[in-house]
Amino acid sequence: MIRMLIPLGVFLALLALLIAGLQTSENRKLVQSPLIGKPMPDFSLPGLYDPESTTSRADLLGEPFILNVWGSWCWACRVEHPFVERLGNEAPIALVGFNWKDEREDALAWIDQFGDAWDRHLVDFEGKVAIDLGVYGAPETFLVDHEGVIRHKHIGPIDANVFQDLMRRAMELKAEAES
Amino acid sequence: MTPTRKKRLAVVALIVLGVGAATAVAITALNDNMLYFVSPTDVHAATAPQDKQIRLGGLVAAGSVQRDPDSLEVRFTVTDGRHDVPVSFEGILPDLFREGQGVIAHGYLDEGGHFHAHEVLARHDETYMPPEVMKSLEAAGHPPEASKQ
Amino acid sequence: MSAELGQISLILALVLAALLSVLPMIGAQRNNEALMKLAPSLAIGQFVFLAGAFAALAWAFLQHDFTVTYVAMHSNLLLPWYYRLTAVWGSHEGSLLLWMLLLGGWMLAVAAFSRSVPRIFTARVLSVMGMVSVGFLLFILFTSNPFERILPGPIDGRDLNPLLQDVGMIFHPPLLYMGYVGFAVAFAFAIAGLIGGRVERDWVRWSRPWTLAAWAFLTFGIALGSWWAYYELGWGGWWFWDPVENASFIPWLIGTALIHSQAVTEKRGAFPAWTVLLSIAAFSMSLLGTFLVRSGVLTSVHAFANDPERGLFILAFMAVVTGGALTLYALRAPRIMTGEGFDWISRESALLLNNVFFTVSAAMVLLGTLYPLIIDFMGWGQISVGPPYFGAMFILLMTPVVLLLPLGPFTRWKRDGFMRILQPLAVTAAISIVAALLVCAWLGTWSLRAVSGWIGGFWLIGGALAYAVRTARASRSGLARHQWGMTLAHAGVGVFLIGAAMVEAHTFERDIRIAPGETVEAAGYRFTLHEVAQVKGPNWRADEARFSIHKGEREIARMNPQKRLYHRGGQTMTQVALKPGVFRDLYIAMGEELGASGAWSVRLHIKPFVRWIWGGAVLIGLGGLIAASDRRYRQQRRQRADASLASGAEAPA
Repeated sequence: MIRMLIPLGVFLALLALLIAGLQTSENRKLVQSPLIGKPMPDFSLPGLYDPESTTSRADLLGEPFILNVWGSWCWACRVEHPFVERLGNEAPIALVGFNWKDEREDALAWIDQFGDAWDRHLVDFEGKVAIDLGVYGAPETFLVDHEGVIRHKHIGPIDANVFQDLMRRAMELKAEAES
Repeated sequence: MTPTRKKRLAVVALIVLGVGAATAVAITALNDNMLYFVSPTDVHAATAPQDKQIRLGGLVAAGSVQRDPDSLEVRFTVTDGRHDVPVSFEGILPDLFREGQGVIAHGYLDEGGHFHAHEVLARHDETYMPPEVMKSLEAAGHPPEASKQ
Repeated sequence: MSAELGQISLILALVLAALLSVLPMIGAQRNNEALMKLAPSLAIGQFVFLAGAFAALAWAFLQHDFTVTYVAMHSNLLLPWYYRLTAVWGSHEGSLLLWMLLLGGWMLAVAAFSRSVPRIFTARVLSVMGMVSVGFLLFILFTSNPFERILPGPIDGRDLNPLLQDVGMIFHPPLLYMGYVGFAVAFAFAIAGLIGGRVERDWVRWSRPWTLAAWAFLTFGIALGSWWAYYELGWGGWWFWDPVENASFIPWLIGTALIHSQAVTEKRGAFPAWTVLLSIAAFSMSLLGTFLVRSGVLTSVHAFANDPERGLFILAFMAVVTGGALTLYALRAPRIMTGEGFDWISRESALLLNNVFFTVSAAMVLLGTLYPLIIDFMGWGQISVGPPYFGAMFILLMTPVVLLLPLGPFTRWKRDGFMRILQPLAVTAAISIVAALLVCAWLGTWSLRAVSGWIGGFWLIGGALAYAVRTARASRSGLARHQWGMTLAHAGVGVFLIGAAMVEAHTFERDIRIAPGETVEAAGYRFTLHEVAQVKGPNWRADEARFSIHKGEREIARMNPQKRLYHRGGQTMTQVALKPGVFRDLYIAMGEELGASGAWSVRLHIKPFVRWIWGGAVLIGLGGLIAASDRRYRQQRRQRADASLASGAEAPA
């Protein structure tokens, strides 16, 4: 009888390993950006509607803000867009759109179709600043405090839970900036 | 013990022996062929093994790609936002290789912290595939019911 | 509308599958004819609805219905219709639907071709397969529904991954899944046998043709995948030991062991418990492969979109299916009959040896595939296992298999003498060594790999032919189909071996820099680049290099590799130019333009005998199909069925 249970035992061990592996691979995704807690790197980027205007790091300092990385080529950005819109309307702090590796016409057409959710636009067509920021893909959402320090980063599209979490963090940053 | 039983025992013993030997060989072979995955920060912190095959992962730094005009040699920098590692490679880069793109390079580190790659792989997709599509749609007011006219 | 129809079809299929998994099983336990009779009808109904769901998704693709999320993500207006059709199974959700459709197809076949099997048995088999269906349909509906809508839909979709816009991709997944899913039939037969409490030769005989067919499809699927990777990925390799490839190879190895152990159990009644275990293992490994590919546990070059939730679902499903099956095994196995004894030197021993080598090989591949997981879990860092591990293990494990294989068919059941087996093959051995050396001399190669590959290959082919000749002479009616099948498959292994050995030993591979007007000499061939032109396709444009290739004074080929840029996804892709040949392939892949000089980096390969790899695999698969079609199974089945019907239905367990 014991002999007959050996295959089951082997299988259960394998199953345990796979469940553990699933956990580990989940944790791997949660590896925080090395830039969290570090000041946001210096940059100067053009705007979306007006290519002549530029925004630099100094322009954004003083108030906390949300930085949302997107692109018209990015399918998941469409999925998270309803939440980005809600962030734009409901969050107590500014929502900055970071248009990444895009073409200007495509980005503008995209905004025409889905709506402009952001308070302010930065454009990084070559993706040079994005590298300093540690952007791995789109969409990604950063929270930056009033001193320009990156406090939080979310990788992937925003869903209902992430939205709640971002709202809570945004309020904390706001309170911190005012105190 | 009957002869049949004896024989069966011998067969089982042989199989156990063979499987044991195979496992031992396999573990040795595995340990010889393990490729560690390291980040530029690991390289900087000198925790990455030297003179051993490793896989270096990170982003190709913008403006760092330099090609030798007369050969197939390419130099670029792999970064994780905190630290940079110079990489040299000779050969054909993958289709998806671009500045700012995530790459994995196979090769070894020399004493000077320079990475010599013999193979470069690019990540396939830079959008996050949205498994959350469904959930997001529901919460965004587009539940599946509403979409069934 | 079609998406909603598809959704409804899927739900109806689920309902029928749920009924199928319960009613006939109860009928079989209570000996209720009416409930048992439901099984084939339910299986047919389920197939019809699955086909409906599949057609609905295909229709959404053909109609450019971008409000269906899956269509929007994997198709666009520029995609030609045939790729829109194959895009149906181009990604996770649709491929699962295809998987289900094929499972439905197998069930339909079981229902149609098992009239001669006792009804109680068919009812149980279909019922077990119904349970598997329920699991997969729930999986599709809850985690991977291809019919989700997104409103408002985009004007145009994303593109289908250009790598998948290819003929090889049209047939690779269906064949592979035919194999995976086909093992569900063998699994269901084993479980039905265990439930019935009668694990005897009968069910093994009934399940043999199914197992052979499934295994043959899996062989074709893997071979096609390898061929696709060879010309489509632009690296020129034919096997990478990538986790995704391993995921299909492990079930194949187990399946190979299974078809051989089934032979022993059917003919001699030996190792029945082992055959049951292998039947369970083959399907479980197919599930495990699905898990590995789709859960994101292992990172692979061509993994599907990853989702741990899906991973968890498949694990839970596996826990139920495999865990349940093995529990049943533990309960029932003591009742399994024991076969007759056999001598050290006998066909039984030979096949036992085959089984040991193939299961150990499967375990080694599994170990190498899961090792990164173990290391990561232990917190020892992130690693991957290099191909040399797999290569070394395989040479180690398969060398004895190659040496012993031709002896197997010559060995008698129960008891044999070593000299009696060796004698007729001594000539074959001598001939194959001499012939191999002659060929190597003619090719001018003396590398160890090439020489041993040729000797091994000729030994396998010669051994198979010697067996065929002797059997044909000994019997009036010539070779039976199953003997033909075996001969073909074993010879196929030889062909494969020669191909693999020659490619590994003598591939010429070089990355070069070449400008228009220049000529590069490589391994006796002269490659001249004439120009790099711009060309256009339906949904891409490309730089096309125009090469002519000379050997001596003669032009032997013009080859035009391309570097394509796909409009929609903005992805670049290398389109390899191939000049296939029986004895060598010429292979050119474009790298990139080097500066403004007009020069390009180009990868040249000359691959000797590479076609033999897939040729061998095709022979192996054909052998499996021919063996599966043997009349013997159907005839004996009928006799047995009559006999067991005559003896009355089985008492409820």
